Amino acid sequence: MAEPLETKRAPEAGAARTLKMMSRATYIQEALLKNLFLTCAIAAVAGVALIFFFVGFRGWPVIEDPGLAAFLFGSEWSSTLGKFGIGPLVTGTLVVTIGALVFGAPLAIGTAIFLSEIATPTVRGIVRPAVELLAGVPSVVFGFFGLVIVRPFVAELTGSMGFGPLTASLILAVMIVPTIATLTEDALRSVPPGIREASYAMGATTWQTIYKVLVPAAKIGIFDAIILGMGRAIGETMAVVMVAGNAPQFFEGLGAPIATITSQIVIDMSYASGTHRTALFGLAIILFIISMGLVAIVRALSRLNAKRS
Amino acid sequence: MNPSPPVSQLSTEPLTGNPRFSVRGLEFFYGDFHALTGITIDVRENSVTAFIGPSGCGKSTFLRCLNRMNDLIPGTRLEGTITLDGADIYGSGVDPVDLRRRVGMIFQQPNPFPMSIYDNVAFGPRLHGVTKRAELDEIVEKALVRANVWKEVKDIMGRGGLTLSGGQQQRLCIARVLAVQPDVLLMDEPCSAIDPTSVQKVEDLMAELKNSVTIIIVTHNMQQAARVSDETAFFLQEKQGEAAELIEFGRTAEIFTSPRDRRTEDYITGRFG
Repeated sequence: MAEPLETKRAPEAGAARTLKMMSRATYIQEALLKNLFLTCAIAAVAGVALIFFFVGFRGWPVIEDPGLAAFLFGSEWSSTLGKFGIGPLVTGTLVVTIGALVFGAPLAIGTAIFLSEIATPTVRGIVRPAVELLAGVPSVVFGFFGLVIVRPFVAELTGSMGFGPLTASLILAVMIVPTIATLTEDALRSVPPGIREASYAMGATTWQTIYKVLVPAAKIGIFDAIILGMGRAIGETMAVVMVAGNAPQFFEGLGAPIATITSQIVIDMSYASGTHRTALFGLAIILFIISMGLVAIVRALSRLNAKRS
Repeated sequence: MNPSPPVSQLSTEPLTGNPRFSVRGLEFFYGDFHALTGITIDVRENSVTAFIGPSGCGKSTFLRCLNRMNDLIPGTRLEGTITLDGADIYGSGVDPVDLRRRVGMIFQQPNPFPMSIYDNVAFGPRLHGVTKRAELDEIVEKALVRANVWKEVKDIMGRGGLTLSGGQQQRLCIARVLAVQPDVLLMDEPCSAIDPTSVQKVEDLMAELKNSVTIIIVTHNMQQAARVSDETAFFLQEKQGEAAELIEFGRTAEIFTSPRDRRTEDYITGRFG
């Protein structure tokens, strides 16, 4: 502070300095980089568009054969009988997804609250990477775990073979924990610290602060997290194939085999031909629509969030 | 804003109220850092006490010892005693949650909850078991009136607390605290982030509140300290890295006109800080 102001100026103050022109090399480099990144972005968008048009093109004929009504509202999926109604598969996906959320969401939100509000930095440093690691476990490993550990337990409980919605839901519940837990933790942590402080200063206990102030303040973020977890559960295939029993029938009990949209696609795709193959592409379109719907909900929510704050 | 009364006209009569907070030999540590040392002070009931001093002199740290907000920061440690109406607030078995209900706090940044104005004020009473709507209505109105913000919000009680202006938010926060009828109100630079009109309203409400609530205010604004307080405490950290001390404490008029300590005089007259 004591230094004279002069030292901060350019050494030859007063001498006119000309502005340098941008060199040709810099100009070319900038232009190339700009186009390189543009290409990357276009490739990503083109990938989505290609898949969408290809699946749409191949699945489109379901409108004629087996017919839109028979496809959407049919209650039987059987390649031998030539019946391709998606009813049992859609309900299968629905049952398994709801089950996963019923078990998984409370577990994940509890984990997030623990991480954000209760854990000391040391404990958090151990638990958070562990939860993130869960996201990196390949789904076939989850399926295997379900097959040998969870299935016998469910078999005992339901008096069946244990292949069915309960086992699938339990496995999916664990699989969606990292998604929901990390996003919920982010939402809780982005609640302004002043609000947390105000609550404690009002004589609220930790528990009251969590459920009366923090969770309501973060509710849009938490809802977002649940939706994204739901997307993961709907799309999961491998683990479900291994434990669901893979019979395209309506829900008959917690231990009775079912199939989901994704599991049916993966099982039939290797041998399907003709109408059967078209119907599988039709299923993919349905999946596409569901995912887009979920993404739309998430985007609408974050817009709402931005508007409120 | 009203011109502040000339300091020379303020009363220098000693206060007669009973001590509400009695602090004896307080030492405070953040981990290895010794933040406060040898603080001994009595804060009297029905008065406004101002804590002044340069930035980083431990005023806010000390304020947060009085409602145990520092408990929430891991690694903090305290020695010495602080009593509230004779009871040791750090005594074994004392519930900090109950203490914080009796010793309310207002922060520098207004921090209403992201809920309606009504729910903000009803938060405390609901926490402590009031559920009847009529009873809540009455508590909420009374608190907002005392916080000098009722006229501005009475027709928009359902609106979000965060939609108000900064100064209104701060008075909403004051109402939120008053709704649980605290004995003491700690104010940590309550006026440094709000508009002048609201500052005036906050200072007015302090003058009225002090008949029923003991107020302690941390402020960087010395005119404000002179305007609102009965007694003033001057804190100073003499060297970077050393523990801060209470340099001088007395009637505001004396501190501002005839401080006994040279350092107080230097600060008041603007020689450092």
